[in-house]
Amino acid sequence: MNQQQADIVIVGGGGAGLRAAIAAAESNPGLDILLLSKVYPMRSHTVAAEGGCAGVIQPHDSLDAHFDDTVAGGDWLCDQDVVDYFVRHATEENLRLEHWGCPWSRKPDGSINVRAFGGMQIERTWFAADKTGFHILHTLFQTSLKYPAIRRCDEYFCTDLLVEDGHCAGLLAIDMRSGEQTLIAASAVILATGGAARVYRYNTNGGIVTGDGMALAYRQGVPLRDMEFVQYHPTGLPGSGILITEAARGEGGVLTTCDGYRYLQDYGLGPETPLGKPQNKQMELGPRDRLSQAFWHEEQAGRTVATERGAAVYLDLRHLGEQRIQERLPFIRDLARTYVNVDAVHEPIPVRPTAHYTMGGIQTDRHTATCLPGLYAVGECASVGLHGANRLGSNSLAELGVFGRLAGEQAAERAAQGLAVDPQRLRPQAEAQAAGREALRTANGPERLAALRDEMACAMEAGIGIFRVPAQMSATIEKIAELKARYQQLGLKDGSRAFNTEWLQAIELGFLLDVAEAMSHAALARQESRGSHQRPEDFPARNDALFLKHSLARQQPGGAAEVSWQDVVITRSAPGERHYGGTTVQGANR
Amino acid sequence: MGTIELVATRYRPEQDVQPWEQRYTVPCSEDMSLLDALNYIKDELDPSLSHRWSCRMAICGSCGVMVNGEPKLSCKTFLRDYREAGVVQVRALDNLPVERDLVADISGVVEHIEAVKPWLIRHSTAPVDTAHTQTPEQMARYHAFSQCINCALCYAACPQFGRNPAFLGPAALTLAQRYNLDSRDEGSSERMPWLNAEEGVWSCTFVGYCSEVCPKDVDPASAINRGKVASDINYGVNLFRLLRGKSDA
Repeated sequence: MNQQQADIVIVGGGGAGLRAAIAAAESNPGLDILLLSKVYPMRSHTVAAEGGCAGVIQPHDSLDAHFDDTVAGGDWLCDQDVVDYFVRHATEENLRLEHWGCPWSRKPDGSINVRAFGGMQIERTWFAADKTGFHILHTLFQTSLKYPAIRRCDEYFCTDLLVEDGHCAGLLAIDMRSGEQTLIAASAVILATGGAARVYRYNTNGGIVTGDGMALAYRQGVPLRDMEFVQYHPTGLPGSGILITEAARGEGGVLTTCDGYRYLQDYGLGPETPLGKPQNKQMELGPRDRLSQAFWHEEQAGRTVATERGAAVYLDLRHLGEQRIQERLPFIRDLARTYVNVDAVHEPIPVRPTAHYTMGGIQTDRHTATCLPGLYAVGECASVGLHGANRLGSNSLAELGVFGRLAGEQAAERAAQGLAVDPQRLRPQAEAQAAGREALRTANGPERLAALRDEMACAMEAGIGIFRVPAQMSATIEKIAELKARYQQLGLKDGSRAFNTEWLQAIELGFLLDVAEAMSHAALARQESRGSHQRPEDFPARNDALFLKHSLARQQPGGAAEVSWQDVVITRSAPGERHYGGTTVQGANR
Repeated sequence: MGTIELVATRYRPEQDVQPWEQRYTVPCSEDMSLLDALNYIKDELDPSLSHRWSCRMAICGSCGVMVNGEPKLSCKTFLRDYREAGVVQVRALDNLPVERDLVADISGVVEHIEAVKPWLIRHSTAPVDTAHTQTPEQMARYHAFSQCINCALCYAACPQFGRNPAFLGPAALTLAQRYNLDSRDEGSSERMPWLNAEEGVWSCTFVGYCSEVCPKDVDPASAINRGKVASDINYGVNLFRLLRGKSDA
């Protein structure tokens, strides 16, 4: 077993991990900061974010307005002190990216341009055409290269956290090229591993988005918080689930049924806005949870479009014209042409809701620290308390900057205290963990990896989807438990070490099953409907008396997740009703 | 839906002395990408075949391979286009060492990218609470060059890089130009040594195949050619200063 030491190890090289690395290097250039990722940093899934990154910049906008939109958008399950901190620091992070070279789209006079986004009452979404995540990620990666304090372990796959005397003291990772296991001791570990939507069959996520950090923390007794809240993005391509950005609607795209009817007016989001004149928080600019739920009803009513790749509705951009589409949404045009053979200039794009984002994650305090000393979590893998029960589009890219910086600074402060554990002391537990990984590599049981993965993904769609009914949730919980048992009987065919992706996928499936377990138990325990968690049959309404609380899922040794509750931090916005749409009669046009 | 033959070049460093070919039969539907086919093989036929992939939407740059001799992203390559050929030959990207099967070692390419100081360099300090002004016209000067996803297809296409792996190559030189042409940047003189060096722009013989294979229309060939012009000007300025008895450090 190889052995290394660093002051800080960051797991994950996406937007949050890179921002944390830079912040740590800037606050203490003498530190040895190791950025470890199972992919080269620019492959991280931040790259696929399209629409934009929030931050108040217009004179008629305000931090209070951004706060209000975020808290209402999250159906009051956001920690309001965290939201306050977030809105105060979002714009400075966007500006910092500008100073690092990010090509934010501009107005003709050369100043920053912003676009409308779902659930935001004023335009405050900064964008780089429709490749905002790509540009942020590459800007951060390239900027990170100028800090000598940051070194990288590219294509190292983290398998376990190492805990000594109640502190996170390092981790175990596989060097993918050789297949060798490496012990890395560190004073502080930051998890920045992204989301987990690969637990679903249809999702917008890349193959690498497998909940690694969530499961790593969960296995060490760190609670996963608010895992029942999974965002379905209303506009993915049918079949593949490839993301078609909300910016398409921010720029004026509309959603219609098979007969051209703009159905959102029937779901409390009307009145219908004129073509080409999108209104903030109305119709197509409603929040994602509401839009995905509306699709579900339309599908039940048989008004969706039948495509070869399943039911869909139409996202119509034609009225924007070729020039605007090419300027603002070139990637969307390219994606639609490549993957569904549709030119958005001339035809509407078939779209449907698809699993997109985990609002919940590793429980942290408002400074990104977990309850395990030495362990921090940031970005989609974390639950810092920002998104509540439904995230607003463009708040998550902004989160990477604001809380990535904070995590880096916090970890740097801890690393300066010289708490590093001698790697020799970690050796026994590392050897034990490594032996388990080795056994998996050569496992010869009867169960097939791909079959277990597909059964998990289908069970999650069925039980923990857009709408949740008790019988199906219970069936999913049973299924996940069954799959976890069968996982112990896996048979792997490869057996080699060097770049053995079958082995890595098997470890990822173990992560996914743990995350699926936390999600499904939290969903069953939350006996209300709030944001993205909807139980129309048994608990159709929000219940603040009992559930204005975060769920905490803790892994039980040898058993299912145990769910407990944590108070939400409410500072100045008492829970109210979410208002979207205008004021006139709804659904008058059908 | 029919089927198609897929021949993959295998190489497993622990077992194989040299690369060998393995033939698979995969389903071939109208919208099936080569990546779908590789994942089908992995799941259903042979879990030991290794390939890289993630986003499935041609933005992460992971899945570059040679397809019937051409460098391509497997997620943006469709089996339907090979029905006539009858067979899809897949191997790891050319001009790079092979780690295993379809996995090329891109660490050298990443080192070249890191070498050209690909970040915004400022000598004057701008206030951090405001954005630089950059008009759409100014952005247009470098915008195409900022679209590179580092997939390394251009390195697989570049005969010069094939002969001399020290050549910085299309993506790295393009990235240097991306920053040199950015109105906010003041670092072009720091990047000039790399552009001017033996492994810089002058190694390029302007074959132009890099631009042809680029999946994001970055056009590295034109970036390198503009680099040659910049390098020429830089040479002239240095000569002038030298004649005046001032060296440009």
